[in-house]
Amino acid sequence: MDLSYGEEYEEFRREVQAFLAESWPPRGDEAQLPQNEQIDRFRERGVEAGYLSRSIPRKYGGSEQEADSSKAAVIGEEFRRAGAPMDLLGGGVSLLVPTLLERGEEWQKEKFIKPTIRGHIRWCQGYSEPGSGSDLASLQTKGELVGDEWLINGQKIWTTGAQFADYCFCLVRTEPEQPKHAGISYLLIDMHQPGVEVRPLKQMTGNSGFNEVFFTDARTPRDWIVGKRGEGWLVSRTTLKHERSGLINVGQATSQLPALVDLARRSTRNGRPAIEDPEIRQKLAEVEGFMLANEYSLRYRATKDIKGQDPGRIQLMAKLIRSDIGQEVAKLGMELIGDDGLLAGGAASEMGRPDGPQDNGAWVTTYMGSLAGAIAAGSSNIQRNIIGERGLGLPRDAAAQRGK
Amino acid sequence: MEFDISEEQELLQGMVRQLVENECPLARVREIFEGDSGHDPELWKSLIEVGLAGTAIPEEFGGAGLELLDLALVSETLGNGALPGPFFGHSLAGLAVLLGGSDEQKKTWLPRLAMGDAIGSVAFAEEGSSWQPEEWTLQANGTLSGAKKHVPYGSIADLIVVGTADGGLALVERSGGGVETEPVDGADRTRRLDDLIFDGAHCEILPDGQRASGRVRDAGLILLAADAYGGAARCLEMAVDYANTRQQFGVTIGHFQGIKHQLANMAIRVDPVRFLCWYAAHAFDKIPDESERTAALTKAHATSVFMQTARDTVEAHGGIGFTWECDVQILFKRAMFDRAFLGAPAVHRERAAVLAGW
Ligand SMILES: Cc1cc2nc3c(=O)[nH]c(=O)nc-3n(C[C@H](O)[C@H](O)[C@H](O)COP(=O)(O)OP(=O)(O)OC[C@H]3O[C@@H](n4cnc5c(N)ncnc54)[C@H](O)[C@@H]3O)c2cc1C
Repeated sequence: MDLSYGEEYEEFRREVQAFLAESWPPRGDEAQLPQNEQIDRFRERGVEAGYLSRSIPRKYGGSEQEADSSKAAVIGEEFRRAGAPMDLLGGGVSLLVPTLLERGEEWQKEKFIKPTIRGHIRWCQGYSEPGSGSDLASLQTKGELVGDEWLINGQKIWTTGAQFADYCFCLVRTEPEQPKHAGISYLLIDMHQPGVEVRPLKQMTGNSGFNEVFFTDARTPRDWIVGKRGEGWLVSRTTLKHERSGLINVGQATSQLPALVDLARRSTRNGRPAIEDPEIRQKLAEVEGFMLANEYSLRYRATKDIKGQDPGRIQLMAKLIRSDIGQEVAKLGMELIGDDGLLAGGAASEMGRPDGPQDNGAWVTTYMGSLAGAIAAGSSNIQRNIIGERGLGLPRDAAAQRGK
Repeated sequence: MEFDISEEQELLQGMVRQLVENECPLARVREIFEGDSGHDPELWKSLIEVGLAGTAIPEEFGGAGLELLDLALVSETLGNGALPGPFFGHSLAGLAVLLGGSDEQKKTWLPRLAMGDAIGSVAFAEEGSSWQPEEWTLQANGTLSGAKKHVPYGSIADLIVVGTADGGLALVERSGGGVETEPVDGADRTRRLDDLIFDGAHCEILPDGQRASGRVRDAGLILLAADAYGGAARCLEMAVDYANTRQQFGVTIGHFQGIKHQLANMAIRVDPVRFLCWYAAHAFDKIPDESERTAALTKAHATSVFMQTARDTVEAHGGIGFTWECDVQILFKRAMFDRAFLGAPAVHRERAAVLAGW
């Protein structure tokens, strides 16, 4: 047990600081470049220095560093302090790239990984369909091999970012005669083609984050498949392994607290500052208890991952814990904004995680947005099934058994 | 950075778990629970034999020389077994002497506490839920008079560390006279309480008592939290076992998603508490700046989770869960103790708020 960084890491911290002092914000001629250009050049240097894309091999554009959660933590702290661009988030980087690393062909890795982690190409995740959400393996979008191309027909829905995406990593039924899970393939599809139509959907927040995607004789080359035919289901699950890059963000589980405290300080309740209200103080401390417990669960998990040991069932719980806490934060925020809870809301992080002070309108959006975490990427009930069955050893869900 | 317990600590916990299983399975817990004294000298002796009475007492005084994290790991395991007896108060008394005592007092008392020649306890609470050092009122000037409430095993403890006015600490030997004990009809019959009335009892002030009392309180909060995690984990295990055996509608009730989801909800609250307790104990040992506030938050959180988990566990057992026969009630009442002793969750959440400058 040792939560201190130690001299070795303080030395490393000084290196990172020196790098940042040199590189961000850009100076001289570079400061005149368009912002995306600035960011791009910075990321290039960040990779060279070994601070960005640390879990990705050099030959695919990463910096190939040994997993080290202390270093990752130091980098995170220093980059945040400097307001410097970090590694990109999103489905391409967090889902597709790890999948390619694990299961992709060499040419696929070479072609796709570097531009993805640099943000030069963007991806969307084509899994959910109108009739297939939690029961994802029942999906019906069809892929037929015609000559050297897959011909794709069907509809995806709730596809986040499809309107901006260059490519889609997509689950498609290619072996209709096979049982449900065995009939699916994992295809990569170019979104810029006549057979692909994207229709934005308006979310309850008023924004359009997700879309409907219609494939009508859309095409993709025969070898734009990850894994073999019929292995798509398994391929889509391999991703998990790569989460363990030691890149647990220290402090990530408590990062929403300052926003809440800030809100409580500038809000009024029962005629005085809300931060002085006994009920609010209790609720803040209660939420902080849950956050801290989660923070140290994540650190334990990161430690176990780095040691190559099994952290046990706690790893099955991360998503549900996070979305539950996110909802508690959002509800407390709503409580604090008072009459502004009558208003339509404003810009905020779509997934409802305020990581810094935000205005009351944003809190309204957070209040709604925090529900996305309970639905997207495996609903809370599905998480409870997984925890109950794989974590606690309770019997498998009867309906899910039948569908196998 | 490494957030995990060491191999030695795993061995320690394994040893304690084995001891609990061998010496005091739940059937034996129940006998002690039902008994008059709530104390089994044989069981206590077996703890002493493996050195647990002096876990956090330095080796030079005959203890095991371990830290609060180790003591918390022991508490977690004893809590998991709902182990009856004076371990908690005894451990705190030892810490009080260690942190607040003179060399002389340490030399006199620590070896006796570590070897189990004396049982220690702490007398903190006063009328009106006054558990915190700044709330204590008893004056100690060579002798001590006044009332203390909810003293763990006050009637069998040899050495009582009493919280005094201005947040100080004083030692009272019960055999020295002037100490009257009145048993409390407590819910948790695995950790008995007595009210104490001091009437001119001879006392010795701990010279560093004022500096130590807050730390001793914090250690107590962490040990209760660790006990609570252990108890909550046991509840969860009982509920899962029951769900995998009890049949209704022709299947085990664990088939019903209502039950499965209740158990999953319990698990996501219980499991993370383990790591929170480790952190709080580690902060006590190594990160003094964070220690006081973390102890407060951890006690509030862990004991709230234990209480709710015990309630859920009763519910998951149906009618049998509501009986005196069912062992769940024993855990339930340990949860009541952990929750209220040294102050309820609300008290410590408010303290945490103050300490954060909110
Ligand atoms: C903001 C947002 C972004 C998204 N982005 C994407 C994306 O980019 N790509 C993509 O492919 N998908 C995306 N999704 C879709 C998401 O993955 C699905 O919404 C999710 O899997 C649930 O499917 P569903 O909407 O069909 O709900 P359903 O599966 O119909 O679920 C409805 C309710 O029934 C419950 N339920 C279903 N099955 C069970 C069961 N076995 N036991 C107990 N309860 C059950 C669910 O918990 C839920 O409460 C996104 C969703 C949201 C909200």
